[in-house]
Amino acid sequence: MHGLAFDIAHLLAGGMVVVSFLMLYQDRVYALLNVFAVHALVLALAVGWQAYIQGAHHLYVTAGIALVFKAIIIPTALHRMVQRLDIHRTLEVVGGVGLDMLAGTALVALAILVMLPVTAAADALAREDLAFALAVVLLGLLLMVTRHNAISLVVGFMSLENGLVLAAAGARGMPLAVEISVAFSVLIALIVIGVFLFRIRERFDSVDMQALDAFREERRQ
Amino acid sequence: MALITDYLVQGCQMLLVLLLAPLLTGWVRRLKAQLLRRRGPSLLQPYRDLFKLLHKEVVLADSASWLFRVAPYLIFAALWVAASLVPTFASGLRFSWTADLIAIVALLGSARFFLALAGLDVGTSFGGIGASREMMIASLAEPAMLMIVFTLSLLAGTTELSAVAQFMQTAEVGLRVSLGLALIALVMVAIAENARIPVDNPATHLELTMVHEAMVLEYSGRHLAMIELGAFLKLLLYLSLLGCIFAPWGMATAGAGLVAYLGGLAVYLVKLAVGGLLLALFESVVAKMRVFRVDQFLGAALMLGLLGTLLLFVSRSH
Repeated sequence: MHGLAFDIAHLLAGGMVVVSFLMLYQDRVYALLNVFAVHALVLALAVGWQAYIQGAHHLYVTAGIALVFKAIIIPTALHRMVQRLDIHRTLEVVGGVGLDMLAGTALVALAILVMLPVTAAADALAREDLAFALAVVLLGLLLMVTRHNAISLVVGFMSLENGLVLAAAGARGMPLAVEISVAFSVLIALIVIGVFLFRIRERFDSVDMQALDAFREERRQ
Repeated sequence: MALITDYLVQGCQMLLVLLLAPLLTGWVRRLKAQLLRRRGPSLLQPYRDLFKLLHKEVVLADSASWLFRVAPYLIFAALWVAASLVPTFASGLRFSWTADLIAIVALLGSARFFLALAGLDVGTSFGGIGASREMMIASLAEPAMLMIVFTLSLLAGTTELSAVAQFMQTAEVGLRVSLGLALIALVMVAIAENARIPVDNPATHLELTMVHEAMVLEYSGRHLAMIELGAFLKLLLYLSLLGCIFAPWGMATAGAGLVAYLGGLAVYLVKLAVGGLLLALFESVVAKMRVFRVDQFLGAALMLGLLGTLLLFVSRSH
């Protein structure tokens, strides 16, 4: 398990955290979508490598699902949506990119601090995967919190789901039926979100989520 | 006798960096020109420029103080010492115990300090703008550089460059995310420190975008020659640093004899040539960014360094 096999697994899982950071750094919609496609691609590679070193063949299916759905279909669909919504302008970031990255680093530190003591009994590969996966999930949440634009919220949600798949792959995978149903529910979620986006735009003339705050009467200044 | 040979080899390295630095800059300039379908100046043009500058009269501003006259020599000396400490063709040379990464960062920092002082000294507005921008860049590049140093020293257990280079050649390093992050961060810092394209344009004289050129605008003659040579040395220093940390293969060890040294030298020249080619390619395909975006660029380098240090703890715990 040690040696090169471990190193490559470490490299790919760590690569996902780095790509999550790249998503935080982007402030344009198209760039964000491209980085998201890369995120899914790295996920597919990481899961594929886990399948190879664990000898778990059903994980190849997971890798395939990640590659086809998340690296190709979903980014293409989101690209189309952005085109039709006509929102390829700059995203607004709440606290500035620097502050986001700082918060992201703190979250990665938190993930490592939480995961390493908890999983002390598990083997090194699973521990590391879980720590990285938690970091990816938290970074996805951070992306959802700091962005106003609905499309980036969708991307944040999807990258969060990528983190969950990574965690599952490290722990010898979920049952295949669960795997496939999760993949399809994500796809359905995309369609539903897509429909909602156009609805929201029809009603508020923008996909900025702050418009919804005013509608819910949460901000009365 | 062995002691004398040791000093001789070390002296060779000091002369080597001094002689190679203008050639490297000439190589990058020529490649950039050819990528733009121009013929470009000869590879030896930087030497000719330096020769011409050394023979020209110095024109001093009336308001220039003694600091303005002393600064070029201080800058050149600090950069030359720093550049000759980085292992080039061989590791473990006579002075390698002083080749500490933190010492090199400090030497670079003092060179930058004197350059900024000199820029402010004459009291022109350009010098002031250049100095304040340089300090803004430095305030972000230096912490990023130190994070990289921390990552490397946590991995190798030392901040001494020769030992780091030898450690990187052993098999126990393996593939590490932290090293990849440190590499990217170091490249970003190197680009910012050398005033290369996304941060500053080395060929510009457009007043709104100058950083390095704005500070040295008042210099002429032999002073300018010293500063130019210092800038050439700095580029060579960063390429050697990248080479000796992330591509230490083919480096001779101390006392390996003349043939091994020559082999190491050949490999070193190839590394510099490839580094120059990559730099020229990178500079030709990216656009210069606004000054106000530089903090994001270097902030990302700082974060990458920090992340590299953090991730080290994950991979260490197995």
